[in-house]
Amino acid sequence: MENKIKKVDLIFGKVDYLDILSKSLKRTRDELILDVIDSGLRGRGGAGFPTGLKWKFAKNEEADQKYVICNADEGEPGTFKDREILTEAPEKVLAGMALCGYCIGATEGYIYLRGEYNFLLPSLNKAIEKFHNELKKLKLDFTIRICSGSGAYVCGEETALMESMEGKRGEPRNKPPFPTSFGYLGKPTSVNNVETLVFALMIAQEGPAKFKEMGTFDSRGSKVFSVSGDTPSPGIYELELGMTLEQFVEEFGDGDTKAVQVGGASGFCVSRKEFKNTVIGFEGIPTGGSMMLFNSSRSMFNILNDYLEFFEEESCGQCTPCRVGCQQLLKGIEAVKKGIKPPKYLEELQKLSDTMRIASKCGLGQSVPNPFNSIINNFREEIIY
Amino acid sequence: MSKYKVNLKINNIPISVDEGTTILDAARQLNFKIPTLCHHDDLCVAGNCRVCVVEQKGNRALPASCATPVSEGMEIQTNSLKVRQARKHIVELLLTEHNADCTKCFKNGFCELQEMSNAYRIGDHVFIDLVMEKDKVTDISSPSIEKDDSKCIRCQRCVRTCTSMQYVSALAVTHKGNDMRISTFLDKPMNDVVCTNCGQCINRCPTAALTERSYIDEVFDAIYDPKKFVVVETAPATRVAIGEEFGMEPGTRVTGKMVSALRRLGFDKVLDTDFTADLTIMEEGTELLTRLKEALVDGKDVALPMLTSCSPGWIKFQEHLYHDLLDNLSTCKSPQQMFGPLAKTYYAEKVNKNPADMVVVSIMPCTAKKFEAERPEMRGSGYKDVDYVLTTRELGRMIHQAGIDFEKLEDEKYDSILGESTGAGIIFGNTGGVMEAALRTAYEIVTGREVPFTNLSIRPVRGMEGVKEASVKIKDVKPEWSFLEGVDLNVAIAHGLVNAKTLMDRIKAGDANYHFIEIMACPGGCIGGGGQPIPTNMEVRKKRAAGVYEEDEAMVIRKSHENPEVTELYESFLHEPLGHKSHDLLHTHYTPRKRH
Repeated sequence: MENKIKKVDLIFGKVDYLDILSKSLKRTRDELILDVIDSGLRGRGGAGFPTGLKWKFAKNEEADQKYVICNADEGEPGTFKDREILTEAPEKVLAGMALCGYCIGATEGYIYLRGEYNFLLPSLNKAIEKFHNELKKLKLDFTIRICSGSGAYVCGEETALMESMEGKRGEPRNKPPFPTSFGYLGKPTSVNNVETLVFALMIAQEGPAKFKEMGTFDSRGSKVFSVSGDTPSPGIYELELGMTLEQFVEEFGDGDTKAVQVGGASGFCVSRKEFKNTVIGFEGIPTGGSMMLFNSSRSMFNILNDYLEFFEEESCGQCTPCRVGCQQLLKGIEAVKKGIKPPKYLEELQKLSDTMRIASKCGLGQSVPNPFNSIINNFREEIIY
Repeated sequence: MSKYKVNLKINNIPISVDEGTTILDAARQLNFKIPTLCHHDDLCVAGNCRVCVVEQKGNRALPASCATPVSEGMEIQTNSLKVRQARKHIVELLLTEHNADCTKCFKNGFCELQEMSNAYRIGDHVFIDLVMEKDKVTDISSPSIEKDDSKCIRCQRCVRTCTSMQYVSALAVTHKGNDMRISTFLDKPMNDVVCTNCGQCINRCPTAALTERSYIDEVFDAIYDPKKFVVVETAPATRVAIGEEFGMEPGTRVTGKMVSALRRLGFDKVLDTDFTADLTIMEEGTELLTRLKEALVDGKDVALPMLTSCSPGWIKFQEHLYHDLLDNLSTCKSPQQMFGPLAKTYYAEKVNKNPADMVVVSIMPCTAKKFEAERPEMRGSGYKDVDYVLTTRELGRMIHQAGIDFEKLEDEKYDSILGESTGAGIIFGNTGGVMEAALRTAYEIVTGREVPFTNLSIRPVRGMEGVKEASVKIKDVKPEWSFLEGVDLNVAIAHGLVNAKTLMDRIKAGDANYHFIEIMACPGGCIGGGGQPIPTNMEVRKKRAAGVYEEDEAMVIRKSHENPEVTELYESFLHEPLGHKSHDLLHTHYTPRKRH
């Protein structure tokens, strides 16, 4: 059967990254940033903020120092694509950082590397050393260092990440001010996902038009997916955005897929009946890359229970809706399952999750309602009985 | 810096405020009160309790009004249905992790969470109670502060107080998620960590997670024990604050009523710590002049600047953080601890009591004084010098319990002896007060003239600035003080331990040429002490400070060395400042402690 999914090779393909950089350095920062804006590239970590705009904001700030941070704290359950990019194409990531540094006016970059990825340190350090030598030839003043995380999920949130880098407890900050004006050490900072930086480099090479051709209006280009769960072909794939889940499941499912969790634990659970009408992308359901397929052997109660246990533990604990809300959702579904609370208690919990969505301080608490509501709405019976 | 104006609408009412103003403050300007829990006027913004969320047009999320600055064209609703639902949820969530044994609770009736629960009429909990029996354990290791985590709502006011205001960091956030809590280094007991017992955390805790260790029952037991002769001493700063416990304005001077209430409570004698404040000036002033003489005349290597030692929170802070400078600390005990041994020796003899049967109770604006009284070195009389220390708040509670109508009390006077005080003793309650009292006396001893300031008010050492400096030129001295002729006496004052740190770092760096430094652990000095009525903020502290200065000006005698009871004490008992008896009873030594 012919598959409509277009596989792309922008991220992992070999390129002459130094050539891209040296040509870019001959162009103005504004031109380069305009290209990124024009390409429609949105952050690949999950939140999807327009990358070019972020760079423009950071560039427009006046400061004696600015920073580029590559967010490699890939902590979302079901996501493992940044690990692969850093393994297979580290030099492209470094070049993307240098490009960002040139655009916004930063001479220092950091890779915030997930603690569990410390095994990548030797190869990354080697790549950085080589890259630094190459930069000397290009006469670009840019230094990259690695900062290791310690395993907290919330440190993938950019402001918590910077707090952690500053040696403090990894707790999200109040926003505004945003990192582009008040970031690492209080200086303007652009925090970009690993994949985003590589795409930015590729846009500098290929021009925005080619990138824009792919995908849909809201979701331009391609995206690296981490496919896992009940699938005969788990792994990492760079695919054009804009496909429907039906197409995706056709390619990756095992023929018995009852649900797909799009976007990791903090994403949405889509059931079979919705596959056809669900577009993977910002107009439908966005993802930072994680695609978990579940077949009919899976208990959705157990899945939700696992997610909530994860969030209950990984909330930083500072804000009330997230800290206590996660505990209440978890205890709540357990109580309903055991018959201690009536089924209609689920509605109280859903109202509570609405509060978490609008009143939590950061993206963590704000997105716990995604899996919660989507699983409860689609698989209510599995939760109750 | 010129401020730009920002125009916005709150509940459809247009308002123009300075750029940088928070939504919360803008709403206050329009008399809309948005409820808050983690917010405190003295502290930096946290934005973590989320009780203050508001609805902003065009924003899907509800921003925390305490943490969000206004922006041009903003449209805010402070009480929309969405806001009400979220706020109710948040308060209820807090209640589910809070040990709500309100009827048994020390804070019952003045707990901010209880107030909020009442305001939102949260009756039956919809959600599941998360407080486990095993968590209902109170840390009572410290003689000053009790910590009950089951009451904690994680607002982190205490953490911000301990870290930013006091630079102590005994309390910090540890663990995460459902396990996140406010704890100490390695979860050690409160008495085993760097805590200075200043009690500023108590003043800012919205619930009863942090309270003072209360000794009310022990004191009533002593009062009703016919064999015990119970004397009470009252600190300077209590008399301008105790009224707040009865609904009076901060700074209301109620010295006479307080004395009256203490008699009605059954204390055998009501005496005044102000008396030993005056005595402190005699001892500490002499110590300073001695150190100056040793430095200037004898060329000895004397530890200067000399640091005051009245504030037990500050002393413990220095023992932990700056123990290499302990020689600079005056050896004088604090007024409370000078009072204790005198009461059980000199006074016991005068009133013909056996010191073993005496109980000395002190009423203090302070929680660190409770720890201070427990120090092993505070037994100069051969007994425990001060038996029980009560905070201003505890005294308020005792008066309530005894059914005394405080406001209607007639003024009464302190008993004599050990009850006479001067304006100089009273101003010990304010930041800069010890310095001012010391200068009034030292200058006069050295020159034979009053300090050259109108009405004895040494303005440069007054006020709420964190670190204050002043210089007094000494000239036309008496012959015996000729070595001080023409000397500029440089002094500095810090209050709040973060300011103390600033000053100490400068001393360590050799970047300060002061002779004498006054340091108080609490913001504003003792009037802002950790045992004072709650709430506290800059406005409250300024009013109390004004009350103290009014009290000073109302006194007939305003210089410590003119206190007739002090003179009598030296003539008949101590003989001279820094003499043999003083050394035994009124001076102490210090213990270096670890940083954690």
